[in-house]
Amino acid sequence: MSGSRRMLPRDLVSEAIGGLLARPARVALTVLGTVIGVGALVATLGLSKTAGNQIVGRFDALSATDVVVSPSARAGGARAAVLPWDAEPRLRRLNGVAAAGTLSDVDVRGALVRSVPINDPLAAGAIQLPMKAASPGLFRAVHARLATGRLFDAGHSRRADRVIVLGPNAARRLGITRIDQQPAVFVGDRLYAVIGLLSGVRRHASLLGAAIMPEGTARREFGLRAPALAQVETRIGAVELIVRQAPVALSPVDPGLLKVASPPDPRQLRGEVKNDLNALFLLLGGVSLLVGAIGIANVTLVSVLERVGEIGLRRALGAGRRHIAAQFLLESTAMGLAGGVMGASLGTLVIVGVSASKTWTPVLDPWVPLGAPALGALIGLISGTYPSLRAASLEPVEALRAGT
Amino acid sequence: MDGAAPALEVLPPRGTAAVAPVVELRSIGRTFGADPPVIALRDVTLALRHGASLAIVGPSGSGKSTLLNILGCLDRPSSGTYLFDGIDVGVLSDDQRAALRAHGIGFVFQTFNLLAHRTALENVMLSEVYRGVRPDGRAERAHEALERVGMGHRANFLPTRLSGGEQQRVAIARALMGDPALLLCDEPTGNLDSVNTESVLSLFDDLGDAGLTLVIVTHEEAVAHRARRRVHIIDGEMTEEQVE
Repeated sequence: MSGSRRMLPRDLVSEAIGGLLARPARVALTVLGTVIGVGALVATLGLSKTAGNQIVGRFDALSATDVVVSPSARAGGARAAVLPWDAEPRLRRLNGVAAAGTLSDVDVRGALVRSVPINDPLAAGAIQLPMKAASPGLFRAVHARLATGRLFDAGHSRRADRVIVLGPNAARRLGITRIDQQPAVFVGDRLYAVIGLLSGVRRHASLLGAAIMPEGTARREFGLRAPALAQVETRIGAVELIVRQAPVALSPVDPGLLKVASPPDPRQLRGEVKNDLNALFLLLGGVSLLVGAIGIANVTLVSVLERVGEIGLRRALGAGRRHIAAQFLLESTAMGLAGGVMGASLGTLVIVGVSASKTWTPVLDPWVPLGAPALGALIGLISGTYPSLRAASLEPVEALRAGT
Repeated sequence: MDGAAPALEVLPPRGTAAVAPVVELRSIGRTFGADPPVIALRDVTLALRHGASLAIVGPSGSGKSTLLNILGCLDRPSSGTYLFDGIDVGVLSDDQRAALRAHGIGFVFQTFNLLAHRTALENVMLSEVYRGVRPDGRAERAHEALERVGMGHRANFLPTRLSGGEQQRVAIARALMGDPALLLCDEPTGNLDSVNTESVLSLFDDLGDAGLTLVIVTHEEAVAHRARRRVHIIDGEMTEEQVE
């Protein structure tokens, strides 16, 4: 008559399953909430992982090697003279830098730009044109492509030659299409030789509509005090290194005077995309799970109330309170487990379906489909706790009075 | 097998009884509620030897079901001592009393209390679930119990397809399966017509002849007269009717 091992685990399981199979339709409907909840969670986790994988695959090599150094707010903002004139050679000495150059806006004090007067009534007169000053290495750093002519070099800058390179839009506005006739433009009243026309740039699109002169020239002619920014192209994977080293190389006394703009770490970017996607669907999954849990709790409670007579009979047959509690707890846990298994399958199917339609490679952490049924079972266990305790607390005499 | 059970006996001094009675109630009282308390049983003293058969008769609300619940360890008396097979039930925990029910006591109810979704055989098999008996041969043992009540041919029927008398026989088979020391029947024929009543009562006669200790609560005199001993309960007070 030992009390502790009176009910065999095998009997407990078969009684719980018997209790569920007696009401299959109700169990199926109850489980549905958990199926949807777990399915949404699995699909969300899998899809964001899958999509995150795609983002890394498509990550642009160009933007992944882009570093821009400019004066920090503490130094006094963009106009502060912090960057040294030899920023370009200093940066190029750093291991991991593929190309570097400095770029500044030139304040021409309202001077208008016009091409050398020719007798063309349709040609535009004097226009306002953004004026930029660049170090020679900038053209490589922004992937500038030359349409015709040549770029200026360190010699032009050193001698402060009055030469200019035009972006394609600026050239069109000035009506300059060819170099072979040695065109020139007036900036205010000073004449500049146009030595080259660009056809495109891949960074700093503002260059497309600008006239670009050597830094040395801008310094002498317009009193440019310091470069406004340094553009660096790093080798792949060297961004983090350059981000740390560039301010020290350019402003050894106080690197804090410079700020560095770099592309977000791809891993971080993937994380952010994932978070955006997840936030909504995880919320959806969470709400579905909550509703599913309440459903299981509700149905188990109703089932307890309906089966009061059966509980009384079982107590009369010798069931202890814990046997009754264990049976109802196992029933609700089994419902949660079934919901978890079905939800995991459904979620996996959704991932595969979406991936197939987008020709993605489906990616899923193995613990997701394995953990999902466990989550479902846990939800069933928690939901069943209160109804099971209710069932166990019934007095056998009262319960028997209800009949079956 | 002591055939002629003694009348309501004055408790023998301790140690004189060669074999402890199956059931021994000493001054059992049961009150319900608080203010004013309802006295359901007062000072009930009773002893049943192995093989005794007792009918408890009384109008509804007289306390006979309360007495049956106490005998079945489903309810605790407010006062007095209950010895089952020599064990003082009052000191047992809830769980130990449940174990006692599993191994020592069979119940038969007025409403049969069969699980509607299970066959007769499965209903009988339920009897062993809380006894820790290995499932090997459980179906065979259940079948034997059904044979014993003449229901072997209906083993795979659902209760809804059985007559009331047949359902009650299945319920009796369930109660008999573990060879309980005591069979408690609460208005076993209350929901049966006269033909079915007769078949169930003759089954009880056979079981009594076979040596089962039987207690039947009923308000039908005809049923009560089949038992060897009869007690009446009125307003919680028990008196024994002298037989022979």
